[in-house]
Amino acid sequence: MSSSTYVQLVDLAKYFGKVKALDGLSLDIAQGELVALLGPSGCGKTTALRALAGLQELDRGQLMVDGKDVTFQSASKRGMGMVFQAYSLFPHMTARENVEYGLKLRTHKVSSQKRKDRSAELLELVGLSTHANHYPYQLSGGQQQRIALARALAISPKVLLLDEPLSALDAKVRTQLREEIRRIQVELGTTTLFVTHDQEEALSIADRVGVMRNGQLEQIAAPAELYDRPKTSFVAEFVGLTNPISGKVSGGSIEILGSVVKTLPGSVTSGTGIALVRPESLDVVASKSGNAHVAAASFLGASCRLNITMNDGTKITAQLPSLDAAGIGAGASVSVSLLDMPVFVKAAG
Amino acid sequence: MKQRMGVKIWRWSIISVVGFYLLVPLYAMFDFSTKPYGFEDSGRTLRAWKVIGTQEALFEAVTRSLITAAIVMAIILFLVVPTAIWVQLKLPLLRRPFELLCLIPLAIPAIVIVVGIAPLYRWISINLSESPITLAGVYSMLILPYTYRSLSAALDAVDIHTLAEAATTLGAGISRVIFGIIMPTIKTGIINGSFIAIALVLGEFTISNILNFKTFQVVIAQIGRTDGQVAVAVSVASLLFVLVLLLLIPNKKRRGAVLDVDIA
Repeated sequence: MSSSTYVQLVDLAKYFGKVKALDGLSLDIAQGELVALLGPSGCGKTTALRALAGLQELDRGQLMVDGKDVTFQSASKRGMGMVFQAYSLFPHMTARENVEYGLKLRTHKVSSQKRKDRSAELLELVGLSTHANHYPYQLSGGQQQRIALARALAISPKVLLLDEPLSALDAKVRTQLREEIRRIQVELGTTTLFVTHDQEEALSIADRVGVMRNGQLEQIAAPAELYDRPKTSFVAEFVGLTNPISGKVSGGSIEILGSVVKTLPGSVTSGTGIALVRPESLDVVASKSGNAHVAAASFLGASCRLNITMNDGTKITAQLPSLDAAGIGAGASVSVSLLDMPVFVKAAG
Repeated sequence: MKQRMGVKIWRWSIISVVGFYLLVPLYAMFDFSTKPYGFEDSGRTLRAWKVIGTQEALFEAVTRSLITAAIVMAIILFLVVPTAIWVQLKLPLLRRPFELLCLIPLAIPAIVIVVGIAPLYRWISINLSESPITLAGVYSMLILPYTYRSLSAALDAVDIHTLAEAATTLGAGISRVIFGIIMPTIKTGIINGSFIAIALVLGEFTISNILNFKTFQVVIAQIGRTDGQVAVAVSVASLLFVLVLLLLIPNKKRRGAVLDVDIA
């Protein structure tokens, strides 16, 4: 345990009948860190978060927060601030009353004036001071989640737990709010665990992203490392797009598309393997005598995505800066080569 | 515009038909209660209505029935509602059996219930109290099907699990969750269920009559045996009384009005 470790999940297990929701999950979170748990539905990420909140009993494992064992502490005493996927504001209370609710229960000695000040401060923080006296039904989905965030933060939680808080919102509000969550989290320095199935969300705001599968942590790393240096084929394929291209592996390298590139640790070490190549690791140039032709091109603004059919029939996707893709349209004959970046290689078949 | 007009006509014709259906018997009752009495009087008379004021047994019965209703109401608020919420929150497997249990009184005729509980009430009369207020016990059972229906509809309309979990993480214990969060949230459902229950208690006749308790309806029936006009006048008066109650109570605190939208 490093000195900065604040939250520790040790060997958590939870079985629902034959389903392994958690199967030996261990995770350390440093003070002030924002860790995102990412994974397909049913991977156990929400179960892990609910276990830390005290809302989910465990079959095995230990939960440590700030050096204390909280495994058997009741949810109401843990001091976790939680924001739910579903709208969870108390409908019979105004925004301000919602924010003050936790304070009312927690700190009996704090005067109502102090409570008021605190809720005003938090409403300001989430940018909704003007809506203090609104009832939840008078607020939009995004506003409700902001108030829910303020409510969770009002009690100065030991850990902020975010259970897919943005899933119910539309795309624009989602992007805006996730950046705001990050701003507030950094400003307050609140240790945060964020569960999501949206990789863009996880990669964009987390300090570290943990990819989960079948109740276990597949890999946890900083977003860039997770993307560039996946340790398993599941992580490589789940985070970002990949093109499966087969080639011969030997001596820590693989030969594909006429070039030899290094393989990442964890890859297949010999024989035939399938390289998982990122669309932006491919270089595409127009060429009359090329090894492929473009099936479709889609302009994405700064970059351009090309659906390419190789001469041997393999279909791949490349993504390159729009400037480089100028003049390459559907039907164009192109030559595809590989940029010199290490790739993950999984076993064939 | 044309369609709107059609809707309007349609709406008003339905309201008229329903209004007619409800008001004609009321009018007939009022008409009967003000008919001349005996051979000497002619035209209209308020004799029957004036007699109401002199019936002491009637007022005692009304008071007792209202107290009984209040007790039933308390049982609903502090036992039935929290139990329904508890089952929904913590014991999902018991939901079906609980629902079935609550519906049973509907399937058993009142007369059968009376036969079943008569010995119990004989014992209560001898050992505890002869007051008709003890009927609150059997009434709380009778109202279950109606109360449970409106409660479960209200509970299904709200995500009470998330609300409960949110309150729990903020430090609320289970009783705070039930009484402070869930009950205010389903207030409309509780009010609706309680009104049906009160109406049932004030209108119940079979059980109290057979068990020989002098409740409101039993006394009305007794008066009816000697003076039909007074009995009918009392019935009309009681209907008006309940109507006034219905109009007054939900309007008292309209802050909860926001909930109507969510729950309805």
